[in-house]
Formats: sequence, structure tokens, C-alpha cells
Amino acid sequence: MDIALIAVLAPIITQTLVYSTPLVFTALGGTFSERSGIVNVGLEGIMVMGAFSSVVFNLTFAETFGAATPWLACLVGGVVGMLFSLLHAVATINLRADHIISGTVVNLMAPALGIFLIKVIYGKGQTDTITESFGYFSFPILKDIPILGDLFFKQTTLPAFVAILVAILSWFVLFKTRFGLRLRSVGENPQAADTLGINVYVMRYAGVLISGFLGGIGGAVFAQTIAGRFAVTTIAGQGFISMAAMIFGKWNPLGAMGAALFFGFAQNISIAGSNLPVISSIPAVYLQAAPYVLTIIVLVVFLGKASGPKAIGKNYIKSK
Amino acid sequence: MNNRSERIRNILVPILSVLMGFILGAIIMLISGQDPIAGYQAMLKTAFQSPKSIGEIFVTAGPLIFTALGFAVANSAGFFNIGLSGQALCGWVTSIWVALSMPDAPRMVVLPLAVLAGALAGALAAAIPGLLRAFFGTSEVIVTIMLNYVFLYTSTHIVNNVMSKDLMTNKGVTKVIGENASLRTGFLKELSSGSRLNIGIFMALIFLVLIWFLMKKTTLGYEIRSVGLNPFASEYAGMSSKRTIVMSMVISGTLAGLGGVVLGLGTFGNFFVQGSSLSIGFDGMAISLLGAGSSVGIFLSAILFSVLKLGGQGMPLRAGVPIELVDVVIAAIIFFVAISYLIRFLLAKASGSKKEVAIVEELVGKSDPTSQEGGKI
Repeated sequence: MDIALIAVLAPIITQTLVYSTPLVFTALGGTFSERSGIVNVGLEGIMVMGAFSSVVFNLTFAETFGAATPWLACLVGGVVGMLFSLLHAVATINLRADHIISGTVVNLMAPALGIFLIKVIYGKGQTDTITESFGYFSFPILKDIPILGDLFFKQTTLPAFVAILVAILSWFVLFKTRFGLRLRSVGENPQAADTLGINVYVMRYAGVLISGFLGGIGGAVFAQTIAGRFAVTTIAGQGFISMAAMIFGKWNPLGAMGAALFFGFAQNISIAGSNLPVISSIPAVYLQAAPYVLTIIVLVVFLGKASGPKAIGKNYIKSK
Repeated sequence: MNNRSERIRNILVPILSVLMGFILGAIIMLISGQDPIAGYQAMLKTAFQSPKSIGEIFVTAGPLIFTALGFAVANSAGFFNIGLSGQALCGWVTSIWVALSMPDAPRMVVLPLAVLAGALAGALAAAIPGLLRAFFGTSEVIVTIMLNYVFLYTSTHIVNNVMSKDLMTNKGVTKVIGENASLRTGFLKELSSGSRLNIGIFMALIFLVLIWFLMKKTTLGYEIRSVGLNPFASEYAGMSSKRTIVMSMVISGTLAGLGGVVLGLGTFGNFFVQGSSLSIGFDGMAISLLGAGSSVGIFLSAILFSVLKLGGQGMPLRAGVPIELVDVVIAAIIFFVAISYLIRFLLAKASGSKKEVAIVEELVGKSDPTSQEGGKI
């Protein structure tokens, strides 16, 4: 492989990873929630809260924590996302709310609340650009591998590798641990799980809160790598694309990760495509709409009727 | 089960939800160091300051009633039409496009044509999720969410690249339609001392009655409702659930499309590129939920939301409260409607009768396993 080709490919790979990372985190979150039987259309709102809180944290503490700020801000975003998802959890698990309505409330509430607070804190509708963002990263030894090192490990983005690691971990947790088995059983047949002594409510809370944590991190990563600040338009559809990735990946963490990488590639191409030879001749609208149209096609062609956890969207009422 | 206390609860739930939404808004204002009383006063003063502002309340309410009705029809059939924003957007773009391409045609020709084209665009947009649901069992929730984005980008593409340049003023903004296609009239403008008041609100009122009639007095309405209650029983009784699914989505989309038409030909008079989904979509959904799908309920909720939206615009100036508070209050109101089980339960408990509590538990519990039939993903 000659150097010229590497010089073209390496930035495309890196940018794809940059755009995919938030989607991977959020799609994994969605997987946990839906595996426990709670539909989560509120991922978009959860991402907004993650983005909001991480940017505020980043702006406030950049001087104190220096280069570690974005990472800490991600954790803050995750915790805030988790707290916000509690709203969805209480409503759907204890108060028998419709999952779609509750999730939509999360989506409606988050941007309004975020901008409201930004205006109260900073006196204007959007924040300044953050100073400490995730920079490029080169892996110490791996970058010296010929070709592969140049493509994947030099001047790349570290959060993406964390996201891939989390995806593998999520797969392990869901399919190889007792907790995962219980979580899935609650999403498939809560009555049976209850009979076996599994606490349905606790497992469902776990599912929704994990989705809040990962979704919050997703929003935080997006804000600190791509947007650089928080405004109304910072998160525009990424949460829904993540949901699409989760469905695309058939509610499997590794599948969701793969789909998120693909959607990240599509997003990157639709934005950076104007500089590339063949792609610049395709009208932007096709590339922008592609992830959404693909999701619909996949739903129709590959998934059919029976898919996803069986008890998804159904409230469980413990009988006395 | 239609006893008196249940009926009282049905009325109390939305009222209490609104009240609690406002209280939550007040708490948020207090925590963030603002004066809630001044905030709400500013809201009311702005909304009711002049005949013009009162006219604007009805301007805002028109499209909202349409999208709310659209949501209600699909919801009676057991579907969640989250695509109202996209369908309304289709109606908006199409009606403006038709109106602009016939600048010299007489009003009697171009106005009905533009309205019909917009309604048709909304209907087609909603037919996609309807057909997919009927023939492939694909969740209309996911499809409509995804289509919202598809239509958003498509509308931008149409305005920027497809419409001929002489229909545009700037990049992304079309020319204003001529008088011949406008829903505004000189009489209404004078009546409300210069507001954008237009026939849209009267069209909305007519459709409130029409849809009530359709749902309660016609066979189609009966079929839609019965499919919503139990699709299997309806199929067994000889109704085609496939046809009903598609019909209910098409009617829903037609109404959302008309909402977009009123927005285009009435409120704005042109189309400009949108950065995100139209708010009338989600607000319409909220209004329908708050109004419990009934005509009177939808009308009252639409007026309430319009007062909130318009009054909210005066809050930053008069009280220093960011306008976003209004959307927080609206979201909170729907949240309280969504958890109405809690409100019903507490109301029954407050009545002090064990029998009432049992009735509430049974009513909510029973409908549960089949709720979300539309959510098969």
C-alpha cells in the first residue's frame, strides 16, 4: 500500500471513528434498556443532557483538571444522563406510563431545560467553545506497525477505542453473566422471571439507568469532539440514529456497535464528502437521509414481525 | 364502569396535570433565582395585551388543532404517529410550492388546489408507515421517527436545489405567496388590528366537528376505534384490519398535512429551511394527549398551548425568564398526563373509598397487556 493511499484513508478512518463514538455509546445504552423491556425513544434527550452537563463542566473546570477535563466531563455527562433517565424509569416502571410518551417527554424536556439553564448560567443562548477537547492520540507501540499503525493507531481518537472496548464488555455482561441473563429474561417474560424470584422492577431500573449513563456519555463525547459547545442544535438526531443502530444491530451490543460505526461513516461522508471525488457529485440529501432510509429498509426486509425482546414496551404489574 | 366519580376523575386529570406543570415551572424559576409570579404575569400580559395578540393566539392554535386531531385519529386505531412534524412539513412545502407556481391564477382555483396538494402530501407521507405496518408489521413508531428526518432533509433539498431560482428570495427562503393563495383576509386582519389571523382557525374548527362525526357516527370511524381496542376481534368480526390501519394513518397524515398548509398559507406565507423537526408535530401530540382525544378537549388544550407559546415570548423581556421555560412546562404537563395512573390512584384514595381504589387499579391494570400493541418493533 503506498503512502499516498494511506494519507487519504487514515483521516477517513479517524473521522469515521470520531462520528461513530457517540453513536456507539448511546446505542449500547439503548440495548440495555430495551433488553430489560423498556422502550427508550428518549435517547436523544438523554444525549442532550449529557452534552449540556459535560460542556458546562468542561468550561468550569478546564483550568483545574487540564487535559483530563474531557474524560471527567464524560463521567459527569453520564451521571447526569442517568439521573435524567430516572424520570423515564419511574414513569414507565412504577407509574405505568406509556413508554413512547414518556420517552418523548424526555426528548421534549431535555433541550428546553438545557437551553433554559444555559441562559440562566451564561446569560446567552449558547456556551462558548470549550478549550479542552479530546485531541488526537497515537498509541505508543502500535503506531509503529507498518500500514495498520498508520491507518488505525496514529493520530486517531482515543474515545473510539474506549467505546469499542465498552461494546465488547457490554456483550459479555449481557450474554455471559448472571446479571445479563436476568436482564434479558425480564425483557422476554417478566412473569416467568418474577416467578423465579428475579426482581423485575430492579432489573428494569438497571436497564434504564445504564442506558442513561451510556447515553449521557454519548452526548458528552459528541459535544466535546464534534460540536465543541452546547446550543439547541448540538444534538440533532444522533439519539435517533443510535436507536436505529440498536435496531440494526438486532439488540446485540456488538451488532449495535457495528451499525453505529456504519452510521458514523455515513454521517462523516455526508459532511466531509464535498471534498471527495465521486461523493461530491451525489446530492447531500441522499447521504443525509441514508441512515434513516436504511433503517426502515432493514426493518421491513430483515427483521419482519418477531424480533426484539418479547415483552418490550409492556408494563409489568406485579400481582399480589 | 362509567360511574360518576370516574367521569370526574377523567376531567380532573388534565386539569391537575396542567396545574402541576405550572407549579413545576414555578419551582424551576425559583431555583434558578427568578420570580415565578412575575414570570407568569409576563406570560399572561403578553398573550392578552391587545386584540392583535389575541388574534395571534388563534393563528397559533389553527395548525396545532390539525396536528392534534391527526394524532388522535391514529391513536384511536392504536398507532403512535410520531411523524406529524414530517407530514406537516410535507404539507407546508407542497402548498407553498403550488401557490408560488401559479401566481396569476384566480383565488378560487389556486387556493383550493394548494390546500388539497398540501393535504395530499401529508397523506402520502403517512401512507408509507401505514402500508409498512399493515403489510410487514413494521413499527410505525420507528418508521415515522426516521421519516421525520428524511422529510426534513428532503424539504431543504427541494428548496435549495429543486425549486426554480425565481421562486426564491434568499438561499433557503421562498418568496411570499400572492394574495390569491393566502388564507388571510382583509376582514380578519382588520378585526384583530393587524394580526396574521386567517381562515386556518375556522378550517380547524370545521375539522374538529368533521372528525368527531367521522369517528363517532360513521362505519369507518367505528372500525378504526374497534381495531384500536382489539385488532383480533375486529378481524374476526369481518373488518379488514389492514385497510383500517392504512386508512387511519392516511387520515392522520392528511390532518397533519393541513396543519402544515395553515402554517404555510396562513401564518407565514412562505417556506424557509427548517433546522429541526416542526414543533407543531410534538405539540400536537401533547395537545391530543392532554385533551384526551376529544374535540372539546383538543380545542381547549390548543388554546392553552397557544397562550403559553405566545405569552412565553414576552417572558424574557418583561421578567427576564428564558422563553424555554414554556417548553419545560409543556413537557411536564404531558409527563403528568402520562403518569395519570398515579393521579387517578391518589384521587381515588382521597375520596376515602376502598371500592374506588379497587376500580382504578382494575381499570388501569386491565388494559395493560394489550397497550403498546403498536410498539412491536
